[in-house]
Amino acid sequence: MRTLFALLLMLTQAQAQGFAGLGTDAEGFAVPQPDPAFTFPADHGPHPEYRIEWWYLTATLQGPDGTDYGVQWTLFRSALTPDTAEGWTAPQLFMGHAGLTTPEGHFYAERLARGGIGQAGVTAEPFRAFIDDWRMASTTTGGDALDALTLTARGESFAYALDLTAQGPLVFHGDAGFSVKSAEGQASYYYSQPFYTVMGTLDLPGGDIPVTGTAWLDREWSSQPLSEDQSGWDWFSLQFEDGARLMAFGLRSDSGGTFTSATWIEPDGTTQGYSDGHVALTALANTDVAGRMIPTEWQLTFAERGVDIRTTPVNPQSWMDTSFPYWEGPITFTGTHDGRGYLEMTGYE
Amino acid sequence: MLYTALSSLISHWRRRPGQLTMLAIGLALATALWSGVQAINAEARAAYDRAAATLGQDQLSRLVSATGRPVPTEDFIALRNAGYLVSPVISGELRDGNGRLRLLGIDPLTAPAAAQGPALDTEVDLAAFFTEPGLLLVDEATANGPLPDGIPPVVVSDGVPPAAAITDISTAARLLGQTDPSYLLVAPTQPFGLPPIAGATDLRIVAPNEANDISRLTDSFHLNLTAFGLLSFGVGLFIVNAAIGLAFEQRRATIRTLRALGTPLRTILLALGLELALIAIVAGLIGILLGYLIAAALMPGVAGTLRGLYGAEIEGVLAFSPYWALSALFITLLGAAAAAVQAMIRTAKMSLLAPAMPRAWAQASRRAITLQAAVAIVLFVVAAGLALFGQGLIAAFACLAALLIGAALTLPALMIIALKFIPGRTAFGEWVLADTRQQIPGLSLALMALLLALSANIGVSTMVGSFRTTFVGWLDQRLASELYVTASDPTEAALLMDAIRPDVDAILPIVSAELTLFDQPAEVFGVIDHPTYRQAWPLLAEDENPWDAVATGNAALINEQLARRENLSPGDILPLAGGLPIVGIYSDYGNPIGQAIISLGRFSETFPNVQPSRFAIRIDPSEAPAMASRLREEFGLPAEAVTNQDQVKAFSIAVFDQTFRVTGALNILTLGVAGIALLTSLLTLASLRLPQLAPLWAIGTTRARLAWVELARSLGLAVLTFLFALPVGLVLAWILLALVNVEAFGWRLPLSLFPGDWVRLFGLALLAAGLAALGPAVRLARMPPARLTQIFAQER
Repeated sequence: MRTLFALLLMLTQAQAQGFAGLGTDAEGFAVPQPDPAFTFPADHGPHPEYRIEWWYLTATLQGPDGTDYGVQWTLFRSALTPDTAEGWTAPQLFMGHAGLTTPEGHFYAERLARGGIGQAGVTAEPFRAFIDDWRMASTTTGGDALDALTLTARGESFAYALDLTAQGPLVFHGDAGFSVKSAEGQASYYYSQPFYTVMGTLDLPGGDIPVTGTAWLDREWSSQPLSEDQSGWDWFSLQFEDGARLMAFGLRSDSGGTFTSATWIEPDGTTQGYSDGHVALTALANTDVAGRMIPTEWQLTFAERGVDIRTTPVNPQSWMDTSFPYWEGPITFTGTHDGRGYLEMTGYE
Repeated sequence: MLYTALSSLISHWRRRPGQLTMLAIGLALATALWSGVQAINAEARAAYDRAAATLGQDQLSRLVSATGRPVPTEDFIALRNAGYLVSPVISGELRDGNGRLRLLGIDPLTAPAAAQGPALDTEVDLAAFFTEPGLLLVDEATANGPLPDGIPPVVVSDGVPPAAAITDISTAARLLGQTDPSYLLVAPTQPFGLPPIAGATDLRIVAPNEANDISRLTDSFHLNLTAFGLLSFGVGLFIVNAAIGLAFEQRRATIRTLRALGTPLRTILLALGLELALIAIVAGLIGILLGYLIAAALMPGVAGTLRGLYGAEIEGVLAFSPYWALSALFITLLGAAAAAVQAMIRTAKMSLLAPAMPRAWAQASRRAITLQAAVAIVLFVVAAGLALFGQGLIAAFACLAALLIGAALTLPALMIIALKFIPGRTAFGEWVLADTRQQIPGLSLALMALLLALSANIGVSTMVGSFRTTFVGWLDQRLASELYVTASDPTEAALLMDAIRPDVDAILPIVSAELTLFDQPAEVFGVIDHPTYRQAWPLLAEDENPWDAVATGNAALINEQLARRENLSPGDILPLAGGLPIVGIYSDYGNPIGQAIISLGRFSETFPNVQPSRFAIRIDPSEAPAMASRLREEFGLPAEAVTNQDQVKAFSIAVFDQTFRVTGALNILTLGVAGIALLTSLLTLASLRLPQLAPLWAIGTTRARLAWVELARSLGLAVLTFLFALPVGLVLAWILLALVNVEAFGWRLPLSLFPGDWVRLFGLALLAAGLAALGPAVRLARMPPARLTQIFAQER
């Protein structure tokens, strides 16, 4: 059963190939269409008519002594059919991942649940995403629901509780939130809140650590996330010292090519999307992680924005050995720009 | 030197292939019965372990509701929302006229690793598993067996217990009509920083070993089988002992010659040991093969017994295990060594120049017999003490063992005493009696084997017969209704009941729920107030007007099993529906689990989701067939959904008979082995006794007459043995009924006597003794006179 959810996701992807057009696929799932019109707070909530969706938060944090920490909180939704139901038969499944990275250690936990019984779910108003006692809940009374959040999770040997406050607006990736994922046109809806400042506490076996830092929330949903020959992705969220942000990812294909995409985010939240080919990602050094060679140091060049940086992980062993294993952890970078960020790498199995 | 010694010793067997065969048969039979029983026990235990491991019952604690009802889903959600790792299970039985299936509905998303069930992660279509109609994972035998109608598609998966299906909790909820979990499994490691789960919930924690009760329930049955296996092994070793003793006597001359030629004693002993080991290995291998065949043949019966008596499911198919075969071979070697040790010691002590005295070994001294009788008396005292003061199943079986061994040890002394009271009348008669007395030590082992087999047979058949008589009588009372109807669902049942109500005397809904009482699975029935119950349910103990009390809804009746297990009596409080006083205890033969009866009203309050889909009809018996066909034709019920009283009784009795088939088979096998033991001993004695018989022949007694005497003597000894076995068997039956049954099954039965069975067994004993004596007698009758003449010319 360890691989249960991974199989469900693969199932999702395998069946997603039957593209039937007209906004739905062969199984009746909705398919992302260009020129989306988001309505909030409804779109912060779940979209059960799409196969897969996530609420994905990463935080780069520092302790009182300046030590770097990273925190991940993710809720995935995977639909067996594009319906909702109450009770055990609900076809909406949820998976939570929590990670806590220190320079010496990496803690993680996973939770699975079915929707419809109250063990896991997401409500848009008031905004609350939860699985078991892990929660991401809005604490604002005005403005966007995601402007202020409280965040908790707990694993076998760690826990954390963070308060987040947004210092800027939501930003939309790709073409106003329609994010193309391959040359064949696979796409998702994708927006972020990348401007959080964070205060909170990490609970570790050695004691509690008060932390401060920044965080980045991704919201994404789709019914056909990857092209058939795409084997994995390398995803970066970077915060520059001047307050600008950069989201960049490369989707690796079996044929060796990489499909890249990027969003440049000005400190005031103005964005510009860049399609395939503008950002170059080069792996510089590999680390043996859980028996696999994983590129943990990267060179990222982005000529239009004058960016040429090298990234270094806070802990190269930031391995999430969950149902589908992947690398996810905080990074620092130097070069034309200095700063911190988060890196996720999947498909290195 | 060793080779020479070995080849000259082995040449003995070439000259006497019959003797070798006998030795091999004894060893093979002992091995076969013992290892067969072991194989059955191991297979059944493995099945229980598989069943327990399936849902981690062997490792995981459970949370159950204190009332025994399902755990509210909200409680599960509350625990999860508080961070605790618990996982829901909905379990129950699906049954219709076609078959039955135990459903284990799990939530693979939250199930701890130990309870994830088989093969979900590789071979199963997960989308199909989670969504309607769902999938049932079953083992191959279950998939090919009878299954209830209208179930979701089945997928064969290894590691699912027999007659059970693993499925998603949503599928189990739909099929069983139960939305709340039966219990919650608790993950062994809980998240960081949470207080202990016990403080976070009102649910009760059941530790893993308490949850797995089936192997404890069935322990008594396996102990029973083991006792039979041990008995057969012992009887088989009697044969081996006789054959080895004979060979030793006959080879005295060979051994003396070898010693005289300078062969060291050590070499001879080594050669004897090697020879025996060789024979034991060959015979052991044959025995293992036989044992496997016996076990495989008995296995379906054992599966039937376990299902009938305990509701435990095993496959009824035997797997071959090399470990089992090796251990059986080891036991054979050990047994052979034990049987040979006496002969080896004699060989070692034999003085070089001692004359061959072939009969010496057979003449145990009077002192030995007296000593045996003294030991027997001690054993009888022990048995009586255990019967009076012993607690538990082991004590009951120890009591049985003490009684049987004591009886066997008394046998030679009793035989000698009995022979004193038989008048000889003529000189020839006196000789026959004296000669018989003299033979008793030599035959005693074989006669003891016969005694054990006969006593066991009488005891077990009396027990089974008493049980059957009681059971049939109880069924007659209990199955008082004329017709029993099963509707496809509660709605249909309600419609049917309304439709036929005007035309019948009474309708008794049959409604039950599974729950946990005193940490063990139990069931509760809801009944309406009707004279049928007052008349038909024999109560073993009761308060005043128990049925009136039940009808008020504020009292409960419980079955004998629950009462004995938890030491409950009328007046005690049953922790059900908020606590109900017990007003009566009823007998409930053949049911493995605890049971309670409350009023239908109280039942519906306690289990609002359980509606009756079965009911019984009281109607004039002459109108029952018409009503049955009306239900089938007018309401379209399938034939198997309407059964009459006779069918239910016949089915119950068939289950009962199936239940004790294994016991019967083992009984016959043991008797057969005892017959062979007698034959071996007689063959042994026959050749040794020629020096005694030759003088009689010489003074004019014909060979035919001598042969008749031999035959008659065997039959006479068998009669004496049987007469002694009868009381021993009856005491045995009493122990089985009054001690073992109560410990093993939870009910006590009245003792009934079956003289017809004794006559049959008496006949069998005579037949066994007659057949055993026939060969040696015929050989004596046809012996060439020259051979008898030679006796006088030879030293031996």
